[in-house]
Amino acid sequence: MKEEKLILTGKRQLTPRVTEMTLEGVTEKMRPGQFVNLAVPGFALRRPISVCDLEAGRLRLVVRSGGRGTETLTALPAGQELSVLTGLGNGYDLSRAGTCPVLAGGGVGVPPLYYLARALRQAGLPVTVCLGFNTESELFYEEEFRALGCDVRVATVDGSRGTKGFVTALIPEGSYFYACGPVPMLRSLSRLEMPGEMSLEARMGCGFGACMGCSQRMTGGMRRICREGPVFRKEEILWDD
Amino acid sequence: MGRLSVNLCGIQLDNPVIPASGTFGYGYEFAELYDINCLGTFSFKGTTLQARDGNPLPRIAETPAGMLNAVGLQNPGVDAVLREELPKLSRVFHKPVMANVSGFSVEEYEEVVRRLEAAEQIGWYEINISCPNVHGGGMSFGTDPHGAASVVAAVRQVTRRPLIVKLSPNVTSITDIAKACEDAGADGISLINTLLGMRIDLATRKPVIANRTGGLSGPAVFPVALRMVWDVARAVKVPVVGMGGVSSAEDVLEMMMAGARAVEIGALNLVSPYACRDIIDALPAAMDRYGIRTLEELN
Repeated sequence: MKEEKLILTGKRQLTPRVTEMTLEGVTEKMRPGQFVNLAVPGFALRRPISVCDLEAGRLRLVVRSGGRGTETLTALPAGQELSVLTGLGNGYDLSRAGTCPVLAGGGVGVPPLYYLARALRQAGLPVTVCLGFNTESELFYEEEFRALGCDVRVATVDGSRGTKGFVTALIPEGSYFYACGPVPMLRSLSRLEMPGEMSLEARMGCGFGACMGCSQRMTGGMRRICREGPVFRKEEILWDD
Repeated sequence: MGRLSVNLCGIQLDNPVIPASGTFGYGYEFAELYDINCLGTFSFKGTTLQARDGNPLPRIAETPAGMLNAVGLQNPGVDAVLREELPKLSRVFHKPVMANVSGFSVEEYEEVVRRLEAAEQIGWYEINISCPNVHGGGMSFGTDPHGAASVVAAVRQVTRRPLIVKLSPNVTSITDIAKACEDAGADGISLINTLLGMRIDLATRKPVIANRTGGLSGPAVFPVALRMVWDVARAVKVPVVGMGGVSSAEDVLEMMMAGARAVEIGALNLVSPYACRDIIDALPAAMDRYGIRTLEELN
């Protein structure tokens, strides 16, 4: 972890509620699945956002405005300096990918899979990406994944684009899966025979392991989602049911 | 003795800045970032007899100028703290540490302290009778003078180390409770623990925090804390440790002018992991601006 002062240099609206933000000046290396914690001017707590891409000191984040904090964040003007804690969390374990990894993302769970897909493609692997959204107007990044050379499949709950239904219906046979998305999606992926791992989301206090604000019981005992996670292997997670 | 040095219950601190319990773990996450030996000391994570999982998630909510937490005293239990956490801590921190102790019965407080007596690095006990996020323990001892005194008297029997009692602001008269603790043998009083509060999610119409209520901390509570430190410092003779929303070197000075001998910093550590180090670095210049030669002169 490191505290860095980054400059917001670009914004792109992906959907009415989802904004892609580019921040420059990152000095730390980060792995796919790690996250950063951004200080939003006027708010007490930082906002944890997963790394969507990182190249040459340029960090890309995709933020959904869900509350006043993220609304303020996505409305910040270009040129704004932001205090960002970088390099948080464990990240995805690329060494488990095998020969044909499958990536499954739901809604705002999609962004961290982009950085992961790019790393897996760079390693020369064929990558299947399954994306799930509620409806076509909420869809983003389909073309970006295609541009990486991934086999991209899309599902929408209302059937307005791709297969009607949930992302779980799209999953092909594969060597290992990597997932990020809403809890019901992750829970049903955990029932696949294919081994895999998934990134969990939580309201966090600090994001770096100090406050125990995001600790949850896993099969191996209490784990901090921000520190031992956010990525856990599917067999580590205790589902409520 | 440097100009920042203060004496807390017979132990000299290089400076009055103390990360508050529950915001600094057992120290080593922060030791990866900077040399934590620059701190006066720190108060480690509230420790109970048995391991505790704490409350379900979510435990955290944002508030104007602050935050709510309902962690619920998650900790590995006193034996694991002795066996695993303190040896790790002693490798990165070489000063006396403040041991924060919590419990659900008078006997539990007494037993946790009895076991911690084996740890040489402990300088003070901070007896937490004010956790608002657990049921049937914690704050229930801190809301009435008799309950508070019974915990202090029991713990007093098993240690000669300084006992600092951490008080809850969620009471009618915090000075009555402070005086009861002093009479029962406390060597110091620390205050304030968090203020009970809640938030409701407009979309789900349910409390944001799974525990429904949580403890409010952060800059929002600073004036409330300052007033209580002022009152308690005038009601007891033992040293007072002030905390609650302290966010700058100036806030540290203000707390000390209200009567605090030392100052704990909590929520700010979660937002800015370097906060305590930066505040210590900023203290001399802030003192110069207000004509303060040494912090001892503020006592």
